[in-house]
Amino acid sequence: MSPRRTASGGRIDRSRSISFRFDGKRYAGHPGDTLASALLANGVSLFARSFKYHRPRGVIAAGVDEPNALVTVLRGEVREPNLPATQVEIVDGLVAESQNRFPSLERDVGALNQLGGRLFSAGFYYKTFMGPVAGPLKGTRFWMACEAVIRRAAGLGRAGHAPDTARYEKMNAFCDVLVVGGGPAGLAAALAAARSGRRVVLADLDPAFGGALKWSGELLDGEPAAGWVAETISALAAMDNVRLLPRTTVWGYYDGNTLAALERVGDHLRDPGKGAPRHRHWVIRAGHVVLATGAFERPMVFPGNDRPGVMLASAAGRYAAEYGVLPAERFVVFANNDSAYAAAARLREAGATVAAIVDVRPDVSAGARALAARAGGELLLGHAVADTSGGRRLTGVALRRFDAATKTLSGEPRRIEADGLAVSGGWSPAIHLASQAGAKARWDETLQAFLPPQPDAGWSGAGAFLGHASTTAAFADGLAAVAALDGSLSDAVDLPASDAPDLDAAPAPVFEIRAADGRGSKAFVDFQHDVTAEDVRLAHREGFVSVEHLKRYTTLGMATDQGKTSNVAGLAIMADARGMAIDDVGTTRFRPPFAPVSIGALAAERFGELKPDRLTPLHDWHVEQGATMYAAGLWHRPMIYGHPGETVEQACVREARAVRDSVGIVDVSTLGKIMVQGPDAAAFLDRVYTNLFSTLPVGKARYGLMLREDGFAFDDGTTWRLAETEFLMTTTTANAGRVMQHLEYMLDVVWPDLKVILTSVTDEWAGAAISGPKARAVLSACVAGTAVDNDALPFMGIVHGAIGGAPVMICRLSFSGELAYEVYCGAGHGSQVWDALMAAGQPFGIVPYGLEALGTLRIEKGHVTGAEIDGRTTARDLHLSWMLSKKKPFVGSAMMDREGLVAEDRLQLVGLVSLDGQALNGGAHVVEHGDRTLSGSIGHVTSVCFSPALGKYIALALVRGGKTRHGSRAFISDPLRGRFGPVAIVSHHFFDPEGSRMHG
Amino acid sequence: MLITCPCCGPRDVAEFTYQGDASRSRPDPASTDQAAWNAYVYDRVNTAGAHREYWQHSGGCRSHLVVLRSTLTHRIDSVRFARDEADGARRRSGSPA
Ligand SMILES: [Zn+2]
Repeated sequence: MSPRRTASGGRIDRSRSISFRFDGKRYAGHPGDTLASALLANGVSLFARSFKYHRPRGVIAAGVDEPNALVTVLRGEVREPNLPATQVEIVDGLVAESQNRFPSLERDVGALNQLGGRLFSAGFYYKTFMGPVAGPLKGTRFWMACEAVIRRAAGLGRAGHAPDTARYEKMNAFCDVLVVGGGPAGLAAALAAARSGRRVVLADLDPAFGGALKWSGELLDGEPAAGWVAETISALAAMDNVRLLPRTTVWGYYDGNTLAALERVGDHLRDPGKGAPRHRHWVIRAGHVVLATGAFERPMVFPGNDRPGVMLASAAGRYAAEYGVLPAERFVVFANNDSAYAAAARLREAGATVAAIVDVRPDVSAGARALAARAGGELLLGHAVADTSGGRRLTGVALRRFDAATKTLSGEPRRIEADGLAVSGGWSPAIHLASQAGAKARWDETLQAFLPPQPDAGWSGAGAFLGHASTTAAFADGLAAVAALDGSLSDAVDLPASDAPDLDAAPAPVFEIRAADGRGSKAFVDFQHDVTAEDVRLAHREGFVSVEHLKRYTTLGMATDQGKTSNVAGLAIMADARGMAIDDVGTTRFRPPFAPVSIGALAAERFGELKPDRLTPLHDWHVEQGATMYAAGLWHRPMIYGHPGETVEQACVREARAVRDSVGIVDVSTLGKIMVQGPDAAAFLDRVYTNLFSTLPVGKARYGLMLREDGFAFDDGTTWRLAETEFLMTTTTANAGRVMQHLEYMLDVVWPDLKVILTSVTDEWAGAAISGPKARAVLSACVAGTAVDNDALPFMGIVHGAIGGAPVMICRLSFSGELAYEVYCGAGHGSQVWDALMAAGQPFGIVPYGLEALGTLRIEKGHVTGAEIDGRTTARDLHLSWMLSKKKPFVGSAMMDREGLVAEDRLQLVGLVSLDGQALNGGAHVVEHGDRTLSGSIGHVTSVCFSPALGKYIALALVRGGKTRHGSRAFISDPLRGRFGPVAIVSHHFFDPEGSRMHG
Repeated sequence: MLITCPCCGPRDVAEFTYQGDASRSRPDPASTDQAAWNAYVYDRVNTAGAHREYWQHSGGCRSHLVVLRSTLTHRIDSVRFARDEADGARRRSGSPA
């Protein structure tokens, strides 16, 4: 039997035992235990070392609000840090470890930080690490020198390096009513909404629904409340229109009533099952949201309030009642409100001793007195805990008289021995989601709490979320929230009556017990970030008085718990220091997430290589031929068809040479292809291209250039007139999507009167370019149904025929500068046509070539691609001004002649030839002087290759002054890759500038 | 955010591409008024509140839509086909004063 497990009671399954490890030691617990409850049951009181001071810390809460007891859970090599032990359900084989301690929790050298307490006060980092204004450690350098040491000593858990092997998934859900929180208010709302036929989602972050009804011990219509909860849940589960989401934290409230939730599907299972996700990310679109998120109990701020053994009264009661665990044997209860009295009675009934109930108020309600009598022990009204004692575990508390009106202590301290101190400083409704939804919280003087803002049409609240603590009120709120949706109270829901005593919901406005002389132990406000009451006052003295500044300067409320237990006390202390009301100091707005969310769940299936693969119809052929494939956007394209022992450059040179000497074939299926059809198709093209297309005869193609509205070059390609009202436009591979979108925009928004239809046909056509002096001979050998001689198929002509039995469309155009043809056929015929072309090319030694050779051939010709049309170049910069029609306006024509776009000293396209026989680097600077620095930069290199035609390394570059520098020398400088060398600046037309080869 | 496409119905914003401010008007194509072109291409008002803007249903029917949306709350008050809006605008501007 575990030392602190009660003999009976609780919602744990005592018939089964679960074995787990914490910090290497083996422990046992029961199904239903959290890691926190199981460790408490085993007598563990020390859970963690604190963030800055490495103080020993125990568990203070029982739920998501836990600031202290953060652990790292290990799944093999995968580490998940910073999980509240209160949220970790134990499972056979669970391995967890404590954090922020070295070498162990018990013997932690970092605890020496406590001795330097003054050093680590608010703003410590800002003040200490600003550094001197001069010298080797000036400015932030001092911080950088110290950072590594500090990061190791201060902080939370450590993430691992092993990849997370768990599966995560994302789900979308739609409902009429989303109920957040499955306590009495949420259950009532869910029942009412479900019975009215609405689609309901009910989410609760706990493993089981019912909230406090699971363990409060109250009777509903004379029966234990837990029984009613079980019946209600099975009734809801049986309804088709209800989805129950236990272990699901709704953490974000976004516009359009879209909420984000995290469901922990598999963490509590030893074997989640094949393919089951660990976590599931829900995106829930709700017609209406009922926020029944309850409230968080607040600790009191007093000297020594962080000693292990001090915990929230409700948590202590919950451990006893829900888990059958006594967190301590002998309790003192310290409160400013009635709720702690119920916890005291619960502790007594579970077998603990309640030595005293200490209350700052001079008088309390009859209900509270009755509970105090049940709890036993002294009732010390008008008293407060002034300090605590003990090392790694509480041993006693010091009490003094306390005047709640003046907030002063008086009289001699009286020591009471206790190993548990159950504290209640009032309740803060969990208004996080409402705050995220947009409106500002309002301070309620009676409840001493921020209440949710006025609901908007999208949500309403119920229960403790509204500050209504009793089950009776929660039931009524839940029903009312649903009734308000259609204005009628549902009589289909009959809820039972609670026997819980009437308690006074209003706490005394006391947040801090402060020794007059400032002596005594530290009094913590934010446990997780080690922010004390003195830190808050120090921030005030130093002028950080706004709430937002206070938060950032002290880091109050900025830890993983987001200040669930600390925000209000921090504000109260600041308000007191400023002599203002809490209301006037204001509060910060809550932002998502309400609680930490696993990144894995957000990514869900979207990790690793997610891009779809776009494969051309000839892909398999390329791979079979040993092509090295290259990812160009989503497309996979052959880079080279390497022979054994060849380098990339050697293969490229061989392929490019074959094109210049004989014939080559390249897959151009990836080019963007858009059908432009309709009576106004030609007029439309005249508007979007810089040159005229209305004058293009049917059966001919023309090279076209598009500008953006701002006058810069956008894309180029050839467009073929297939019929009077039908054009096939080709775009660059990379810009296909953007061009389509641009054209659609112009038609929809600017010229809706044009009768034009656009269809993306990129994937419908397979394309092959046959280039080289023997290209015509290859075609002649395999084309049926058309002649391909110079008369039948002149430069830029189009013919229709068949190759390999498949219909094809052939256009004579050239990217390589050689006699060349592009052959298009239906994608399904791609292989058939390609094979026929290869067979016909066999006698001429046809060579398939890849992107490298394609690039080499076009650089030799000075053709531009995306490297030169980079969004900063104009048509003139690229020597394409001959394409700018003066006969018509076109997109970009009004803006292209702006002063800056026609300036003489713009970067313009030139060719470079390496003079040292070494390769040139893309991205290298072109510099004027023989000096490696970039101060003399006159431009940069855009595309590079070894030119087999010239036998030299060449490049295209954008250089200031452009043509005026032809014939001059410069250098390229690439400090990143250590390349520096002389180049000649020449025309970008390196090879066959007259174009005689392609016209031949 | 949900945008109710007049063609496809309510769809998640992930299916749409933002296509800019819909309150600007493109000068006559032949216009040489540099200030007008400059305003069309570059000038944008960072509106806090009701904003007329273009969205393309790029993951759906590919229509361009004119959406009236509050930039403060993401509330959408109307969604129409851009083509219809353009027609309306032309009719208005073309009607005798
Ligand atoms: Zn649509």
